[in-house]
Amino acid sequence: MAGAGGGNSDVQWCFSQVKGAIDDDVAEADIISTVEFNHSGELLATGDKGGRVVIFQQEPETKNQPQCRGEYNVYSTFQSHEPEFDYLKSLEIEEKINKIRWLPQKNAAQFLLSTNDKTIKLWKISERDKRPEGYNLKEEDGRYRDLNTVTTLRVPVFRPMDLMVEASPRRVFANAHTYHINSISVNSDCETYLSADDLRINLWNLEINDRSFNIVDIKPANMEELTEVITAAEFHPNQCNTFVYSSSKGTIRLCDMRASALCDQHAKQFEEPEDPNNRSFFSEIISSISDVKFSHSGRYMMTRDYLSVKIWDLNMESRPVETYQVHEYLRSKLCSLYENDCIFDKFECCWNGNDSVVMTGSYNNFFRMFDRGYRQDVTLEASRENSKPRSVLKPRKVSTGGKRKKDEISVDSLDFNKKILHTAWHPLDNIIAVATTNNLYIFQEKLN
Amino acid sequence: MTASVDMGVQDKMINPEKSEEAKLKARYPNLGNKPGGSDLLRKRLQKGQKYFDSGDYNMAKAKIKNKQLPTAAAPEKTEITGDHIPTPQDLPQRKPSLVASKLAG
Repeated sequence: MAGAGGGNSDVQWCFSQVKGAIDDDVAEADIISTVEFNHSGELLATGDKGGRVVIFQQEPETKNQPQCRGEYNVYSTFQSHEPEFDYLKSLEIEEKINKIRWLPQKNAAQFLLSTNDKTIKLWKISERDKRPEGYNLKEEDGRYRDLNTVTTLRVPVFRPMDLMVEASPRRVFANAHTYHINSISVNSDCETYLSADDLRINLWNLEINDRSFNIVDIKPANMEELTEVITAAEFHPNQCNTFVYSSSKGTIRLCDMRASALCDQHAKQFEEPEDPNNRSFFSEIISSISDVKFSHSGRYMMTRDYLSVKIWDLNMESRPVETYQVHEYLRSKLCSLYENDCIFDKFECCWNGNDSVVMTGSYNNFFRMFDRGYRQDVTLEASRENSKPRSVLKPRKVSTGGKRKKDEISVDSLDFNKKILHTAWHPLDNIIAVATTNNLYIFQEKLN
Repeated sequence: MTASVDMGVQDKMINPEKSEEAKLKARYPNLGNKPGGSDLLRKRLQKGQKYFDSGDYNMAKAKIKNKQLPTAAAPEKTEITGDHIPTPQDLPQRKPSLVASKLAG
């Protein structure tokens, strides 16, 4: 079994491209913090710790290589957020882009929301491929002509020019979050979106930036009684009244905005019961959910905690319908993972286009795919060593027992500084984007 | 092989988490019993380095000249108050022009 994807157990994954610097000396600003395909998959956006957004565009398939899906090349890049200083609290506000979410395309321009810890911005990315020429009063370089030399009158015309892609901030949604924003999610109504921080969730209208509605508030009256924080939130893909949010205690709450203005009372609460005999110091920490994603169908949702990925049926709150172990061998390393803070790493997860396969990252630049239908899983690696064009990725294996087979890697040899936290799957095709610390890898299904 | 050694090995196999917990408590005997409790959460809510004032902030920024390797751990940050009171001559010039992302290179 070489790969898992698309419900077909014969899928093999090949290296396609890698973006970013090769050298090992990584500047903090270059650390990739979010990766997201747009709704058609034609555009791929990344955000980094330096507050910059880079958007790649897929080249259209060429006639001479119909079997090879188009490459992604740079389309636009801009500085989305800059570091700020909160003078009142003497606190630095990081420019790191926490999340990017694309709006569905409504006209020629593309729109995306990008957020750092405190401020959300709506960016318009538009193309310009024509410019007016032949002004009466101005030269081509913009200088005004001497009026005495103007003897004839002409109508300026639009002439083609080299494609220019411009990004401009259309809205800035600021000052609505006391705590750090961890999620944004565009509603299926395409009019509103939510933003979630550690303790509150706000609802915005995309057109109105000076007002937002608080829809969830879990801040206790006495902060000493704080027991959990919000870790992620997302709108349902087609029910515009429904959203979910996950917590650091491993629960997911589903809320219906039709029930009341403030959704503190959940409509459903999803939680897997825990065996009290197995409880340890680490139990709550590793149960903290780092990501929650609805399936495209809207019937299921997936959660990622430190060691596993769980699939929940929205109709059943008592336990997940599927659980996949990402790196169970780390359970016997929790002490050192707590000491080096890795136990707090926030891994994301994603679905493939038809919800048959899920993917998430791990350490040592490994990432995992779980095929739900065929009950198969595979571990692959994003590394420069496997970066020959169209070379097939070989499955990797971590040896847990005493005997290490050839080609296996032992748990103690894993590099915990090489973590894959962000991955994205093309909405329609078997193309995936995997972010290592400062490089973006694009892998494609091998087509014969 | 004595019975107690057998039990120890079995325990670790049944519950590696508990043996890891024992290891941690052995290293840090003063560790509180509420790991997910308010201390940890409040530390999380206060993420972000505090500075004494904006001058102190600019001084700290000027010190970070070299590239930093990404670290897995966010080290425990104590209050930074700056080495001395900054004067206008000490403060760095306007931020240099922004560097483009290497992903776009």
